[in-house]
Amino acid sequence: MNDILNGFRDPDVARRLVDAIHETATVPAKLMEVCGTHTMSIAKHGLRGLMPETITLLSGPGCPVCVTANPDIDLAIEIARQPGVVLTTFGDMMKVPGSYSSLSGEKADGRDVRIVYSPLDSLTIAENEPEKHVVFLGVGFETTAPTVALTIREAARRGLPNWSALSLHKTVPEALRALVNDPEVQITGFILPGHVSTIIGTAPYEFLAREYGVPSVITGFEPVDVLQGVWMLSKQLAEGRAEVEIAYGRGVHAEGNPTAVAAIEAAFEPVDAEWRGIGVIPGTGLALRSEFAQYDARVRVPCTPPEPREIKGCQCGDVLRGVVLPFDCKLFGRACTPEHPIGPCMVSSEGSCAAYYRYTDYGKA
Amino acid sequence: MCLAIPAKIVSEPNDNSMAEVDILGVKRFISLMMTPDATVGDHVLVHAGFAIEVVDEEFAQESLAMLRQMGIRTADELAAEADEEAAAGTTAS
Ligand code: SF4
Repeated sequence: MNDILNGFRDPDVARRLVDAIHETATVPAKLMEVCGTHTMSIAKHGLRGLMPETITLLSGPGCPVCVTANPDIDLAIEIARQPGVVLTTFGDMMKVPGSYSSLSGEKADGRDVRIVYSPLDSLTIAENEPEKHVVFLGVGFETTAPTVALTIREAARRGLPNWSALSLHKTVPEALRALVNDPEVQITGFILPGHVSTIIGTAPYEFLAREYGVPSVITGFEPVDVLQGVWMLSKQLAEGRAEVEIAYGRGVHAEGNPTAVAAIEAAFEPVDAEWRGIGVIPGTGLALRSEFAQYDARVRVPCTPPEPREIKGCQCGDVLRGVVLPFDCKLFGRACTPEHPIGPCMVSSEGSCAAYYRYTDYGKA
Repeated sequence: MCLAIPAKIVSEPNDNSMAEVDILGVKRFISLMMTPDATVGDHVLVHAGFAIEVVDEEFAQESLAMLRQMGIRTADELAAEADEEAAAGTTAS
């Protein structure tokens, strides 16, 4: 299987695809990638520099950590401060700054914050430490949401009395509508996320083509995958088509993963959610259904975080909408670096500011 | 962050749907709850300790073949081009 993967890094194929893109992309196009792993792949392999002048690649709100709004991070921090609570989460949430602090700052101050590889690991902690209340902080899109949904189901099956989840999960398609409607951005095509689409399939994106005439291509993460996605988008634009196409057939079926979608729907219901930089988007949040209230950290660990405040000078919100580049931020590379991040776009390894900082060619291209 | 490297299932799932996988030589236990049809020998995409989809190996081969049919230059041809450029004294890279 990994021999196959080598094919998707094949420089010969990449070169041919770059030529094909140059031939096809005759009209100016702004293509937005909506997946942090795409942002990293584009940065790492210098793909922006290979594009013809007609194509502008924009980074979108594809980094779940980055789009999490300050009040939500503040809530997670406040929960971690409650006596007897163990807060468990994925590693990339630790350094994300809220209004006043971060989870790693809280940990340094003696709160019990632990990194887990899988949400299921937090159930084991709850079983081993029955005197504590273990909260799992769930952040992520449709790829991560079913893993937490199934963990909630598993907690219910085991009847765990001392475990709950704080769901900050978000769903992608309606955020794309918000971006298409944003006059400041003007996107002509979307490079759609690979593994979000593995779960939801093509149907939830079809409104982009139908209602807005915007083409999109579901794309994998290898450089050849991304180039193939850009080429297929250029072809759609050149031929005046707008469809949802798949350039990542080895990982995405048009119908998605119905087991995973059913798991999301069983555990969560849609609610309005605040996205950093974009604002509240109706129906893009996932809250635990009332029958799982016993496993909902908002119910089990009620607390009120302090009034949120914005991070001064950070333009992460505009970066997430593709309106400004990280370089345009006065703090970029000066006050704000991956070692001392001011905003979430510099914290997460897949944030745009971190990608620009790490692979300078990306920014210069 | 999405991990695009497929993991190979190397053990039968236990009663909790947990099975051992091999990711480039690293062994881990992951949940097969989301891919109930996956069996030993299958390759799966993994996210946060769960298999999220069985990788379609045949499809992978097909899309590679499709890309190749676009008429790629061979490594030899590229090397020859590079030699030509060097001989012509171009410094542009
Ligand atoms: S460089 Fe830092 S401060 Fe500026 S937008 Fe990015 S994360 Fe925010």
